[in-house]
Amino acid sequence: MKSPAFEYIRAESVAGAMSAYAEAGDDVVYLAGGHSVVPSLALRLQAPALMIDLSEIAALSGISFQDGWLRIGAMTRHVQAINDPLIAAQAPLFAAAAPFVAHPAIRNRGTLGGSLAHADPASEFPAAAVAMRVELEIASPKGTRRVPADEFFLDIYETAIEPGEILLAIHVPGPVAGQVIGFDEITRRQGDYAMVGAAVQAVAKDGILQDISIALFSVGTRPTRAVAAQAALMGRVIDDASIADAKAALGDDLDPPDDLQFPATMRLHLARVLLGRILANLEAVA
Amino acid sequence: MKTDITLTVNGDAVREAVEPRTSLADLLRDNLQLTGTHLGCEMGACGACLVMLDGAPVHACLVLAVQASGHKVETIEGLNESGLIKDLQERFHDRNALQCGFCTNGMLMSAQALLSENPMPSRPEIREALSGNYCRCTGYESIVDAISATAKMRSGQTGEVS
Amino acid sequence: MIPSKNHIGQSHRRKNALRHLAGRGRFVTDLALPRMVHAAFVRSPMAKGNIVELDVSEAAVASGVVRVFTAETLNHSCVPWTGTLDHFAGMQSGAQNMLASSEVLWVGHPVVMILAHSRAEAEDACELVMLDIEDEDAVVDGDAALVKGTPLAAEGINSNMCFQTLLETPDLDDAFARAAHVVEGKFTFGRHTAVTLEPRAIVADFDPSTGQLDVHHGTQTPYQFQDVYARHFGLSEGRVRVIAPDIGGSFGMKLHVYHEEMAAVAASLMLGRPVRFVADRLESFVSDIHARDHRVTARMALDAEGGILAMDVDDMTQIGAFSSYPRTSVAEGNQVIRLMGAPYQMPDYRGRLSVVFQNKVQTSQYRAVGHPIACAVTEALVDRAAELLDLDPFEIRRRNLLADDAYPHVSATGYQFEKLSHQASLDKLHQMMGYEALRAEQTALRKQGIYRGIGIAPFVEITNPGASFYGVGGARISAQDGAVIRLTPAGDVHCAISVTEQGQGTETIIAQIVADQLGVTPDQVKVTTGDTDNTPSGGATWACRGAGIGGETALRAGRKLQMQILTLAGEILQADQQHLALASGAVVDKTTGQERITLAEIGRIATYRPDTLPKGSDNSLTAAQHFAPTGYPFDFTNGIQASHVEVDIETGVTRLLKHWVVEDCGRIINPLLVDEQIRGGVVQGLGPAVFEECLYDDMGQMTNASLADYLVPMAGEMPDIEIAHIETPTLDTILGAKGVGEAGTAAAGAAAMNAVNDALRPLGARISQTPMTPLRILTALGHV
Repeated sequence: MKSPAFEYIRAESVAGAMSAYAEAGDDVVYLAGGHSVVPSLALRLQAPALMIDLSEIAALSGISFQDGWLRIGAMTRHVQAINDPLIAAQAPLFAAAAPFVAHPAIRNRGTLGGSLAHADPASEFPAAAVAMRVELEIASPKGTRRVPADEFFLDIYETAIEPGEILLAIHVPGPVAGQVIGFDEITRRQGDYAMVGAAVQAVAKDGILQDISIALFSVGTRPTRAVAAQAALMGRVIDDASIADAKAALGDDLDPPDDLQFPATMRLHLARVLLGRILANLEAVA
Repeated sequence: MKTDITLTVNGDAVREAVEPRTSLADLLRDNLQLTGTHLGCEMGACGACLVMLDGAPVHACLVLAVQASGHKVETIEGLNESGLIKDLQERFHDRNALQCGFCTNGMLMSAQALLSENPMPSRPEIREALSGNYCRCTGYESIVDAISATAKMRSGQTGEVS
Repeated sequence: MIPSKNHIGQSHRRKNALRHLAGRGRFVTDLALPRMVHAAFVRSPMAKGNIVELDVSEAAVASGVVRVFTAETLNHSCVPWTGTLDHFAGMQSGAQNMLASSEVLWVGHPVVMILAHSRAEAEDACELVMLDIEDEDAVVDGDAALVKGTPLAAEGINSNMCFQTLLETPDLDDAFARAAHVVEGKFTFGRHTAVTLEPRAIVADFDPSTGQLDVHHGTQTPYQFQDVYARHFGLSEGRVRVIAPDIGGSFGMKLHVYHEEMAAVAASLMLGRPVRFVADRLESFVSDIHARDHRVTARMALDAEGGILAMDVDDMTQIGAFSSYPRTSVAEGNQVIRLMGAPYQMPDYRGRLSVVFQNKVQTSQYRAVGHPIACAVTEALVDRAAELLDLDPFEIRRRNLLADDAYPHVSATGYQFEKLSHQASLDKLHQMMGYEALRAEQTALRKQGIYRGIGIAPFVEITNPGASFYGVGGARISAQDGAVIRLTPAGDVHCAISVTEQGQGTETIIAQIVADQLGVTPDQVKVTTGDTDNTPSGGATWACRGAGIGGETALRAGRKLQMQILTLAGEILQADQQHLALASGAVVDKTTGQERITLAEIGRIATYRPDTLPKGSDNSLTAAQHFAPTGYPFDFTNGIQASHVEVDIETGVTRLLKHWVVEDCGRIINPLLVDEQIRGGVVQGLGPAVFEECLYDDMGQMTNASLADYLVPMAGEMPDIEIAHIETPTLDTILGAKGVGEAGTAAAGAAAMNAVNDALRPLGARISQTPMTPLRILTALGHV
């Protein structure tokens, strides 16, 4: 399990990284925390000619709040999502998701940006990003742009980031008064990839849902917004009846993969159980 | 082909020329003969290779040696000689919290990090902190006991294992 | 008074643990020798096929590559090995050699060996090998393997049946005919594997100038490998040294002959330089032996009061393309059918065993060989009977477990029990776990929709095997052990012994035993293990024999040296040795305890001033002793385990809340170490009950062959484990110790399965397959 050989550059700026990428051609991989890239090298699933290390670029770090949005630098470590007070206050679903991500030592090194750019459909942060309706700030040689999370995740390990582009930051819209969140997953062991997971963010007024945002993960090729389940809940009180309708609606939202270990029927069943539990707990909070 | 790197390992300034593909674990084990850092899976699943990188435990198999350039690494050899974990080591010894010893490096790293953040962890918290550390021999309970006893002693309680 | 020599029975800490805690372990994986080359293998990507093209020319000239071997260039150096033994009548297996020559027979079968200056370069070169294999229909499923017309799994066999046997008492059919009740079930036990944290590792170092082969080998049985290397490579045994330093876990997996280790030795012999092979984790999953993989159909006949009359069992086990060497792959099945019903007064029995070839990794002996299967089947049926008769699980077992005064006893399957303590264990467990309170809590929680379950499982464990185990079948596997103990010139004690250490504490208990014979502290006894040049020959570590056989060997060697010391002391002191004893590092007066002469002084005189000894004195202060069990074929231990679980009936996820063990391993030498052996064993039983399984698709591909996908038990999911002991020493030995290493594994899964089924019972669901995955539980509940 030794990596194939490659060249390595430690980039000092985003522009420098992008120009090194452009010079090198196609066979390049950006490196952030390395916790997805390095194991795939050990497994010889990829063999890049050049690795451009982004982890020391100062512009990719930092967490700040301005104009109603929280800007989280892409190189923010998972552990910061647990410990940082700004994230806890302004991006609570990241804070709620983080303890579910792998294990403590992984969280010390893995990055939020890396996790989102890697776009593993079984991973926690992408679903939290969708549920929070974050926007992803992407740098390209032509300039930067912001892509809503719903349009960012395209397929397994595939995002709106074009070759050579760099994810700069995650922008989280500030929470609305009365907003509640729920995050949970079903795993066989602590820290495993979930069999099913879900991130929920909701705003209720006098018990009536004004807004509900639900994203599930480990149910398909990307974090999946539960549009039908959201519709089943909007404008209603969270109670047994609305929860049952939302669970039923998941049948329209999800088309889980089918394999011997996890048949599609099992994932759908678990997604319903999990969503029901999260909603029931939301009710208590709201 | 090879890249020059400089880093601090257990307080020593180290300069090495490595292939970029070399993991920090292989650098420590093969170049520096710090064989207390073990390799059990080379994909971040077993925790045998944990080292302190800038003071926090990371998987040395998931960090490239070139990425560690300019940073501070501490291995089990360094932690041992520093005396910082002497009490933890003693409780592991008392409680026989290791058999073959292959996971022990990682267990000590995780334990030390946990206790520095959470001086009085509950048993479930200890188990959670060890959730990425595989031990095939002990059944884990003795490791939990040893960490719990260390926490109690460090905070002035008896540390007797109940 | 003489201070009591009471180190046996005390919780001494392990001195060798200190090295590991300091990061100073010395594993084979850590070893780097001058001019050493690193091995990597090109393996078959498919379960069965014919090699139609193999071109290594590009790999041979790749950067860093020293040599490339194929079957053609390597296999001639090794006498092929065949995993059959005579006492398994009629068994068959094809012969094996290091690299596949024409046919590949499982995914992972090594085809090409590449040696390079680094493992990374060797792996680079593997990617340059052109290997074209014509796919053939693989034999994947054991039942299908036996269907007429199915292709053979390997060459050199005349059917896919490796071995069949039948055990039957004359009155079996009659017992079922007169039974008031019959319960039955079909059970499936998944494949799993050892996943030692240190993978298999070897550094073979042949020196052509002297003809000496040194093999640094992460194995539990160095002497067995000394013999294997000598015979299969045509070397004289005296020129083969096997050194087993610190071993990062073993559990039976590291005593089998593997293609890669043999290839490393062969390559070192040809190159005349050290060759290192360390399996990476991906290789481990497709080349370490797997375990279990049984399908069992069983029924149990009971009388009207719930008395067990008989069991009728059919076990089909699937072992891969070959029987493993040198212990075979049939020993587990053989034990499965003989351990059924073993704790019970059960007069009649029939057991059928079919051991079947298929194109997967070989299975063979792993911790608690056969026990978990027999225990789980027996105890599941006992629980079903209890349910049918409306008896409490404790009550039905109380009625059937062998009485504690019923020994010696011979089981319906022919096992001889010297003396066991089933009934006392049952009572102790009932009290320790607070059974009644747990039942009350269970009832209360069910009303809240929380489903908890309690499962219990009595067991016996085979320990201290004699030569009837392997030796009679023609295997060169030693049932005896040897020790050499010497008093050093400074009065310290050194013991070199053939049993080996993998962290279970062998060296510590040997020091305790020797210390008690020589009146010193364990700290004064240095123990050397794991080196065929520096210790006498013996069986080493397998089948729970370190304490029972190794310990007895050390005890007898210690007593022999004690006599030598006392004789010499008598001569030096001009005293009757009958009046002397050893205590506190000295020869003392047996009656008063008064010191007469220190051991250091005896060492000094014997070594430096033998001229001062009376004429004719023997100044030898070294004693050698070998010991082989000659009493019962095995010293059985017994015990009982209980598991407390909570099943989330919506998600199918099982939480292990608590586990209890009452265990009787005879004389306990070190309670601290015994308890850790039990706990570790329990977790190795719970792992496969809940998590661990080597999953294969219908093409014979293992689909979860990495540590990210194969679920080992981790700290967060394992329960605390409470342990109590009963001590019934064996009278076969002076020491009275039996084995304990496999007891935890033997019954943990059985207890857990009974607990899960207890939780599911009110819902009318039942599970009979391990691991008990969420999918299987949800399926049983009708959710999927």
